[in-house]
Amino acid sequence: MIVTIIRKELSMLFISPLAWILLALIQLILTWVFLVRLDAFLEIQSQLMQIANPPGITEIIISPVFAMAAIILLMVTPLLSMRLLAEERRNHTLTLLISAPVSMADIVIGKFLGLMVFFLAVIALIVALSISLRLGGALDFGLILSNTLGLFLVTACFSALGLYISSLTAQPIIAAIGTLGALLGLWMFNLAASETDGWLQYFSLLKHFEQFNQGLIDTLSIAYFILFIVTFLVLTIRRLDGERLHG
Amino acid sequence: MTNEMATLTLSAQNLCRNYGHHTAVQNVSVELRRGEVLGLLGPNGAGKTTTMRMLTGNLAPSAGSIEICGIDLLDKPREAKLHLGFLPEIPPLYHDMTVDEYLLLAARLHRINKHTLQSVLDNVKQRCGLEVQGRHVIGTLSKGFQQRVGIAQAIIHSPDVIILDEPTVGLDPNQMREIRSLIRDLGVSSSVILSTHILSEVESVCDRVQIMHKGRVVFDQTMAELQQQGTSLEAVFTQLTQ
Repeated sequence: MIVTIIRKELSMLFISPLAWILLALIQLILTWVFLVRLDAFLEIQSQLMQIANPPGITEIIISPVFAMAAIILLMVTPLLSMRLLAEERRNHTLTLLISAPVSMADIVIGKFLGLMVFFLAVIALIVALSISLRLGGALDFGLILSNTLGLFLVTACFSALGLYISSLTAQPIIAAIGTLGALLGLWMFNLAASETDGWLQYFSLLKHFEQFNQGLIDTLSIAYFILFIVTFLVLTIRRLDGERLHG
Repeated sequence: MTNEMATLTLSAQNLCRNYGHHTAVQNVSVELRRGEVLGLLGPNGAGKTTTMRMLTGNLAPSAGSIEICGIDLLDKPREAKLHLGFLPEIPPLYHDMTVDEYLLLAARLHRINKHTLQSVLDNVKQRCGLEVQGRHVIGTLSKGFQQRVGIAQAIIHSPDVIILDEPTVGLDPNQMREIRSLIRDLGVSSSVILSTHILSEVESVCDRVQIMHKGRVVFDQTMAELQQQGTSLEAVFTQLTQ
């Protein structure tokens, strides 16, 4: 059943030009960042040769690309998550799913996974971009792996939050603005957390992603991401069930 | 007695629904047998749509029980909904999809076997007069065809209970006649609940009629009984709901 809903979400996504345009734009921006970093690396390469134990191309080129990708996906997620439930409600199509023999959890998880399949395509393109560097030198695949995992988890958090906010309203635009506001708020949190260096940073999504970005796969961060995702998915299911009970 | 029980496809007892302090539906009971078409009548705001949304699991009743083919809708919603087809007041159509894509989605949602998908799709399109429209995008279809797609969606899995909320609203007289004959066809093998404002529609299609007023059922008789008494439906309706 979940597979049916994932398929439906993906076909709805790729019917519209929005998904294609976003894919192209993300790739364009990241390739540009990639080339700028490559250029910088080539300039300082001779100086790097002189120091002992210099940072490799993965650290200098690929990590910044992934860091940039996290920020771009933070901006892009609201555009894609806004329609998930808000549009269904606006067009009165949620009735089709609710009247069908599927549970609320199937609907919510299916929609979430559908969006995640799209983001997997985005991340796969970034990984392909990174691996192209293999033509010129050796890569640190461990660092690429931790970056990929981190980016996937942080995007899943963005999507879960976006899905929940989309369930609160019947206006996709309001859902988009609300999600963007919440995600930017989390980003601000990150800036504040960097200043204080105290307990605040445990609550910042991007702070946890930075660990992955530096090649550190921390179980605390993984637990935090998973807790964040599950919390918002459960809230979404409860919200839809509540509508059936009280609405 | 057992035979009678077997033919009972839908049984809802003492349904109540409150919205805050406002009571929309009060002690409504609906029973439906196989091969029966029930007309649900009532002025606007009488609670018809609320009742139908409760019968299809879109809204939880504040009190009461609903059984579909002997399966409790509140206890086992997924099993019970397999036997249900629902066309809401506003058809739940994805305007960006083609008719085929949309109907295949509806079929998959109702767990229709992969191997029979194509034949089920062809069959339902033929029944609803959508043979030519398969590749058309739903958003570009006229209101009448969109309504047919909505009905096709509700009957694609040949459910035992079909619930149609104002299926002929906004259609021209020819389309209305076609939809009515389709509903009569459906009423042969399944049970149909039909809500409408058009009294002549009830007279031509339904076997039994229930009139709702202010959240209660105020009238429940078969068309045959009504004809025997020689009273017109319109007279009954005006008398009870004014």
